[in-house]
Amino acid sequence: MSGVNTAAESYVTDDGRTIGPVVMEMKNITLRFGGVEAIKDISFDIREGEIRAIIGPNGAGKSSMLNVISGFYVPQEGEVWYNGSRRPPMKPFQVAEQGIARTFQNIALFEGMSVLDNVMTGRLTHMKTGLFAQSFWKGKAEREEIENREVAEKVIDFLEIQAIRKTPVARLPYGLKKRVELARALAAEPSLLLLDEPMAGMNVEEKEDMSRFILDVNDEFGTTIALIEHDMGVVMDLSDRVVVMDYGKKIGDGTPHDVRNNQEVIDAYLGVAHD
Amino acid sequence: MNEQLAFTIEVFANGLMAGVLYALVALGFVLIYKASGIFNYAQGVMALFAAMTLVGIQNGQVPFSHLINAIFGTDLHHFGWHVHSFLAIALTVIVMIVLAWMVQKFVFKHLVGQEPIILFMATIGLAYFLEGVADLMWGSEIKSLNVCAAEGACLPQGMNVWLEGTTYEALGYGFFIDNLDIVASIVAAILVIGLVMFAQYTKQGRAMRAVADDHQAALSVGVSLNFIWVLVWSLAGFVALVAGIMWGAKSGVQFSLSLIALKALPVLMLGGFTSIPGAIVGGLIIGVGEKLFEFLIGAPFLGGATENWFAYMLALLFLVFRPQGLFGEKIIERV
Repeated sequence: MSGVNTAAESYVTDDGRTIGPVVMEMKNITLRFGGVEAIKDISFDIREGEIRAIIGPNGAGKSSMLNVISGFYVPQEGEVWYNGSRRPPMKPFQVAEQGIARTFQNIALFEGMSVLDNVMTGRLTHMKTGLFAQSFWKGKAEREEIENREVAEKVIDFLEIQAIRKTPVARLPYGLKKRVELARALAAEPSLLLLDEPMAGMNVEEKEDMSRFILDVNDEFGTTIALIEHDMGVVMDLSDRVVVMDYGKKIGDGTPHDVRNNQEVIDAYLGVAHD
Repeated sequence: MNEQLAFTIEVFANGLMAGVLYALVALGFVLIYKASGIFNYAQGVMALFAAMTLVGIQNGQVPFSHLINAIFGTDLHHFGWHVHSFLAIALTVIVMIVLAWMVQKFVFKHLVGQEPIILFMATIGLAYFLEGVADLMWGSEIKSLNVCAAEGACLPQGMNVWLEGTTYEALGYGFFIDNLDIVASIVAAILVIGLVMFAQYTKQGRAMRAVADDHQAALSVGVSLNFIWVLVWSLAGFVALVAGIMWGAKSGVQFSLSLIALKALPVLMLGGFTSIPGAIVGGLIIGVGEKLFEFLIGAPFLGGATENWFAYMLALLFLVFRPQGLFGEKIIERV
């Protein structure tokens, strides 16, 4: 059904969610590491307000794809289009300044800093005061800090981590670290949120919590989310549209329902031999 | 109270203040090491370079005058003006910032992700390069450094420590404490408080701590590593300038100044490479330790001159029994 919508149009899904026009489009992306092609000529788009999942078996190139979107890898071929214009090759920090926030598969938090400080780093792209004003103009720096602190506190409330606000991150258990990382990304008020396996290594209860948070974020702030996930069940429940990758190639793209009935996808997941 | 005890206290106080200077140099090391994992061997030379630049600007010396004269056959040496200390310091700060930017742009930007030993070798190269540039730019003669806020309000000179050191009356005994040392301690304290506040309360400080903690995560929240590295090299340059001024005022601006960098090494072993308080405490311990050891044990029993090796021996003991230093992060490998 996504196929019948043009890029600039909004449409309403079967369960009544309004999905906006295309915000990010990957065109014929190819990424090589030496002789290895991690991503082979993949194209897909991400629409405003949707939850877009990228799934596939281990080594399919999902994380590489997320790294291309967030600027950590620069593809050898292909174009990235964002908000209607072609994005030149960018450093990750420039991508972040464009309003794209992300989390990492293996959690990349500032371990020595408190939870609050970690979340506040998510606000860095919104703090515009220069070095000298920050150092010598107490009033201005303070005002900016307070404004941004409010947003950070809102996110902390939203993700229910008030109790650990002042705790150094290094002391937190794995599941909470994942949540703090999500909080840091959310604090940036991103227009596109990238989640690399947000539920990896979690128990069932934690997975349910995380799913709920992801849905709430999307629902409440209208944040566009692209996520990578292993767990098919979770993906089917969460996402509006799914890209399926296998060995660096795209083998399926569509609603969870479409994808589930796609023979190639079933083969990839059940491990049928490739010809 | 007996004479011996009074002397000991005096030696202690003097050691404390020598330690402040070691701590200042060590501080520059810590700043860069924390943010980029680079052990900056050139920190001592940066202090030398900063002090020479300051003196040169103050005295209105023409930079690279020997070179210019040799090429063009001119006879330039001085512009013929004197620059006020504050202005000269401000100009030197700008020079140090430009230096930081160039170091990042032409050296370390191209070495991102290299082995620590390669980065270390690069800083050794940088040290010799900078020493050469300093020589070429300002000449190699020993210069005296006079930093004055106004006429008659100068930073005390340290050359005549034992002659003119102010005597403080306490407990009925006179204590010789160098005025310069007191000023140096106050300046160092202000500098450290300023740095800690900068790191703790400003946006750039937070970004700096972020980079020190995790490069990848810092990138993902929109921090430019390049900017932060230029920033820490600038800060280290500023710290080097302060250290250079203090050492320069104490014993003149000369090339042996760069050797104080070596004294900062044992300070770092003691304090830990990643801790700002560690650099301070380590510096004080080394300063006091070597003076007291010399006074109580070295001079009477070992024939003196123990100050030369005491710091290194202490560092060696620390390496054996507490390799992470007093404040460093303990490395625990989970198996």
